[in-house]
Amino acid sequence: MGKVGIIGVGQSAFVRGYPGSIRELAFEGFRDAVQDAGVSSQDIDASVICSAPEYDKQRSPAGVFAEYLGLVPQPTFYMESLCSSSSMGLRVAYSLVKSGLHDVVAVIGFQKMSEISSAESQERMGRGADIQWESPFGTMMPAYYAMYARAHMEKYGTTPEDLALIRVKAATYGQVNEKAVYRKPVTFEMFSDPESPMSNPVASPLRVGDCCANADGSSCVIVASEERAKTLSQKPVWIMGLGAASTAVNLAGRDLFTGLTVAQEAGDQAYKMAGVTPKDIDVAEVHDCFTIAEMMAYENLGFAQPGEGKELIKSKATYKEGSIPVNVDGGLLSKGHPIGATGGSQLRTIVLQLRGEAGDMQVKDPEVGLVHNIGGVGLYGNVTILGR
Amino acid sequence: MGKKKEVDDRFKKFGTVSFTAITKVNDFIDYLEQGKVMASRCQTCGMVFFPPRADCYKCLTSDMEWVEVSGKGKLVSYSKLEFAPIGFGDDLPYAIALLDYGDYKVFGRIADNVPDDEIRVGMELVTRVNELPNGQLNYVFDRV
Repeated sequence: MGKVGIIGVGQSAFVRGYPGSIRELAFEGFRDAVQDAGVSSQDIDASVICSAPEYDKQRSPAGVFAEYLGLVPQPTFYMESLCSSSSMGLRVAYSLVKSGLHDVVAVIGFQKMSEISSAESQERMGRGADIQWESPFGTMMPAYYAMYARAHMEKYGTTPEDLALIRVKAATYGQVNEKAVYRKPVTFEMFSDPESPMSNPVASPLRVGDCCANADGSSCVIVASEERAKTLSQKPVWIMGLGAASTAVNLAGRDLFTGLTVAQEAGDQAYKMAGVTPKDIDVAEVHDCFTIAEMMAYENLGFAQPGEGKELIKSKATYKEGSIPVNVDGGLLSKGHPIGATGGSQLRTIVLQLRGEAGDMQVKDPEVGLVHNIGGVGLYGNVTILGR
Repeated sequence: MGKKKEVDDRFKKFGTVSFTAITKVNDFIDYLEQGKVMASRCQTCGMVFFPPRADCYKCLTSDMEWVEVSGKGKLVSYSKLEFAPIGFGDDLPYAIALLDYGDYKVFGRIADNVPDDEIRVGMELVTRVNELPNGQLNYVFDRV
């Protein structure tokens, strides 16, 4: 059995209020990836469509997209694991290719969140938690992650200022990423300036500046068997390791509140499959839906010991020139987080990095990259390791 | 005798807004009305579940009994919300929290009468039933 390669990556710009329908949005990411790969729709044997369905009026978007993108009569179906849908889609595409069922598969992620209000969107996102036993208390994503932040601060002495440094880093790179929704600079001082929206409390101890923005966007990753990848692509990037895990949806069913067990478990699986260790990772994309999520990712993925994530950001080790660059495309915090498209966008960044095509965001000569993509409040975890 | 079949949708009374109406653990609501917060215990293996459940995944049986959530739990973490999802705005500000009872944990809210500056991770709190202004029922964590 041969390897499985990524031969094309693409994404739309992540924006607020995309001026088109979901099929048109999906077209943007798809065209970008197909042109990147230098293939046509006819070269693609199957498509996996990824999103979180509660935002869509269209039932079963897969068939609609496949027709719009010229991917019929090939098989198409829908894949969902909240915010990690397109990483899970990649996992499925990998197995479709590895099994020999298909040679070339497109993983298309999308989300158009702007058709509903922010409060309504928070309510729907909150329903990715336990709707029977938690949602009736008025839960929302920032508050859940805030509980992890509180626990982390309590146990390890992490401070709101440490978390602010993560947002400042994200904004440093968001400014140079033309696909990002938030491209303005963010300074450390804004977090202590009552005049700045960044300092406004959302769910203690998290502030506006600690939270990523909703966005509309699409992404696409095209994978191929080793043989087809070598034929079709000049610079295939290989899938070296895949990990995935789940845990109790209700926080009452969990034991760890200073980190995400799904990230630890998915990371362990991916490192083992790839035959590498955290030290071998040259560039990483982690799921920074909130600043605390990036802090926990440093620790859960083994870039830092538990409780020492703050030292990585304080020493700028996770900046582009540092020992372990993380989210040097601006992350979810700057790019925005169109749920189903996010994993594909993270994968795209790492593929571009490994090909040396990341422009202003390029890390020096990386060979191995990692993507950490979380669904819900640490409900689902996917870790993917890619190499040249 | 021609009696209309009634739908047991008691669970719609749980919390500010309930997203569930029909569940096999509807008696949870009756207990709330009696001022009791209940967990369920598997009569085969003895495992206690909170939130309560109708079925034991270990034994694959449904022989459950109700046991009261009583005594003190330790505050694991909490967050005070300044924004709320649709339907919860009138409750603001409020704090969601997790209380550890050792054998199980309980997710809920901290009582409004507990001052912010008294809330500490690790502090002991008790779980009590709370009637909301809209007539719904939930439970909150209050001072011992």
